[in-house]
Amino acid sequence: MQTTTPSSLASVANNRDQRVPGTNLLGTGLETRGVHAWFGKKHVLSDVSLDFAAGTVTALIGPSGCGKSTYLRTLNRMHEFIPTAALAGEVLLDGQDIYAPGTDVTKIRLKVGMVFQKPNPFPSMTIGENVLSGLKLAQLKKSNTDDLLESCLMRAGLWSEVKDRLGEHGGSLSGGQQQRLCIARALAVQPQVLLMDEPCSALDPGSTFRIEETISELAKSMTIVIVTHNMQQAARVSDYTAFFLSDGGPGVMVETAPTSRIFSAPVDKRTEDYVTGRFG
Amino acid sequence: MTLLENQSAAIPAPREITTKPRLSDQIFRAIVTLGGMASLVILGLIALFLSLKGFHILTEEKFSFITESRWEVITGDTGNIEESNLGIGAMLVGTFLSALIAISVGVPIAVLSALYLTFYARGSAKKILISLIDLMAAFPSLLYGFWGFFVFMASAEYWAKLLNKYLGFVPFFDVPAPIFERSPFIAGLVLAIMIIPITTSISREIFDQTPLDRVQAAYALGASKLSMIRAVVIPYGRGGVIGGAMLGLGRAMGETVAVYTVLNIVYQINWQVLFGAGGNVASLILLKFGEAGPYEVDALMAAGLILFILTLLVNALADVLINRFGKKGR
Ligand SMILES: Nc1ncnc2c1ncn2[C@@H]1O[C@H](COP(=O)(O)OP(=O)(O)O)[C@@H](O)[C@H]1O
Ligand SMILES: [Mg+2]
Repeated sequence: MQTTTPSSLASVANNRDQRVPGTNLLGTGLETRGVHAWFGKKHVLSDVSLDFAAGTVTALIGPSGCGKSTYLRTLNRMHEFIPTAALAGEVLLDGQDIYAPGTDVTKIRLKVGMVFQKPNPFPSMTIGENVLSGLKLAQLKKSNTDDLLESCLMRAGLWSEVKDRLGEHGGSLSGGQQQRLCIARALAVQPQVLLMDEPCSALDPGSTFRIEETISELAKSMTIVIVTHNMQQAARVSDYTAFFLSDGGPGVMVETAPTSRIFSAPVDKRTEDYVTGRFG
Repeated sequence: MTLLENQSAAIPAPREITTKPRLSDQIFRAIVTLGGMASLVILGLIALFLSLKGFHILTEEKFSFITESRWEVITGDTGNIEESNLGIGAMLVGTFLSALIAISVGVPIAVLSALYLTFYARGSAKKILISLIDLMAAFPSLLYGFWGFFVFMASAEYWAKLLNKYLGFVPFFDVPAPIFERSPFIAGLVLAIMIIPITTSISREIFDQTPLDRVQAAYALGASKLSMIRAVVIPYGRGGVIGGAMLGLGRAMGETVAVYTVLNIVYQINWQVLFGAGGNVASLILLKFGEAGPYEVDALMAAGLILFILTLLVNALADVLINRFGKKGR
C-alpha cells in the first residue's frame, strides 16, 4: 500500500466524481443526538451526535476499539442483542426516535439495513433464496420477485456472475461474491439507510473495488454509513468522514467534516495525527 | 524459456508423503484406538452371543417367530419339549406402536422446550430448568413407570376415552371393548415423557451452537424471533434434533420396566392404540425370563436379537435422514 499523506488522500477525495444528489431518495436521513453506549459497567461510547443526510455516504474512521462498530450497531438497534448492552441518547430516523417506547424494532431494521464485516449468507438457502430471504423473514408480500431478484443483484454488481447459478448454494461463492450477495440481500427489503461495518476488510483488492463501485451506485438512492480501517477507502467512497477516538476511556467522535477537508485541513490535532498515520 | 520446455518432460508420479510420529504420539494413538475399538468389540460380542443362543429358535420357528403371536411351550413329564409355539408378532407391533406414539408426542414437545430454553428463558430460571431437565434425563425408568401407573394413568385414560368418543371413526382410535386401561396409548405417553428430557437436552445444545453471525444477519433483515428461528435455527439444528429423537426412539423401543408397569401384555396383535392390550419385546423378555426353561430362554434371546437388529435399522435410518436433511443447513 502506498504511503498516505493527507494531501494525497484529499486529492483522492476531490478527484472522484462528485455525487449528484439522487432524485428519488428513500427517506430523509438519520441523526443521532448524544448517544452513549455501555457494555455492563464499561462506558464505551460518549456523547456522539452526527447527522447523516439522505443520499450521502459517511465514513466512520478511527483506531480499533474506539467504538465505531458499537456506534454503528446503535443505529439499527443491533446493539441491544448483547445482553449487557445499555444506551442513552436518541437516534432519529425521519425525525422519529427509533428507541421510543412501543417501536416495532423489526420495522426499524427493515428501514436500516446492515452488512457485516464477515460475509454471512444463509448456507441452507440458494443464492436466489438468500437475496429474497428478507421478504420471508420480515413476512413481506411481494408479487414480482424475479424482477426484484435481478435488480438487487444488479445493484450489488453480482448479477452477471451469478445469473446462471441462482439455484446454487450461497456458500459456493467466493468471499467477495458472498459479501456482494449480502449487500443484495440487504437491498431486497428496500432500506433507506445501509450500515456497513468494514465490509471489505476480509476481501481481496478486486472485490473491494467492486464493492466500492456498488456503494457509489447505491448512494444515489439511499443513505450509507460505512466503518472502514482503510483511509484510502474513506477518501474514495465517502462524502463525509467522522473520526472516532478513545484515549482509554469511552470513545468520542472527535471531528466530522466533508471528507476532502478531513484529509486536507482537519481542525483537531488528533485527527491530523491519525490521518497522517502518526498513530492508529 | 526453460519453463515451457520442461512442460513436455515426463510428469513425475506423486511422491508418497510419510512422517515418523513421536513415541508419545504412538502410545497415545494406541490407547485411543483401544478405547475406540472397545465399544465395537462389545457390540460385536453381544450380537454374537444373541445369535449363538437364539439362532436355532429362528430356524425352528421360522418366519412365524415374528408374525405369530403366541407363547406356549408344552413340556412332557420328563421335561422334554412336546410342542412349542413361539412368536413375538404382537410384541413387535406393540413396540412399534408405543415408540411411534412416544416420538410423535415427545419430539415436538422436546423441540419446543429446547427453543424456549435457548431463546426465551433468561437468567436463573434458565439455569434451574436446564439442570432439572438434565437430571430428569438420568432418572431410572422405573420411576416413570410408577408415576405413570399410580398418577398419570387415570388422566390418560380420560383423554383416551375422549379421543375414542370424538375420533373413534378412525380405525386407529377405535376399540373392540371399552377397556382403556394399560393401553399402548398410555404406555406411549409415559415413554414420551421419559424421552422428552434427553431429546430436549440434545436439541438445546445444538440450538445453542447456532452461529451468531447468521442469527444477526436474520435480525438485521427485520426478522422477528419466530422467523429467525425458522430460517436459521431450525435448518442448522435439524440434524441434531433428528439425532436426539433417534436416541429417544432407541430408548423408547428398548424400554422394559416403564412399559411393563403401564402396559397390559397380551399375546394378540392389536393396532388399536386406545385398547388395553399390547406388549413390547423388551418387557416380554422381562416377564418371561424368570420362569423360562432353557428352550424358552433361547427364544427370549432370539427376541433380543430381533430387537437388536431393529435398533440397528432405526439408527441406519437416522443416518440416512441426517444426511438427507441435516447437512443442508450447516
Ligand atoms: N460484546 C462486548 N462486550 C463487552 N465489551 C465490548 C463488546 N463489544 C465491544 N466491546 C468493547 O467496546 C469497545 C468498542 O468496541 P468496538 O465498537 O467493537 O470498536 P471498533 O469497532 O471501533 O474497533 C472496545 O473497548 C471493546 O472492547
Ligand atoms: Mg469494529
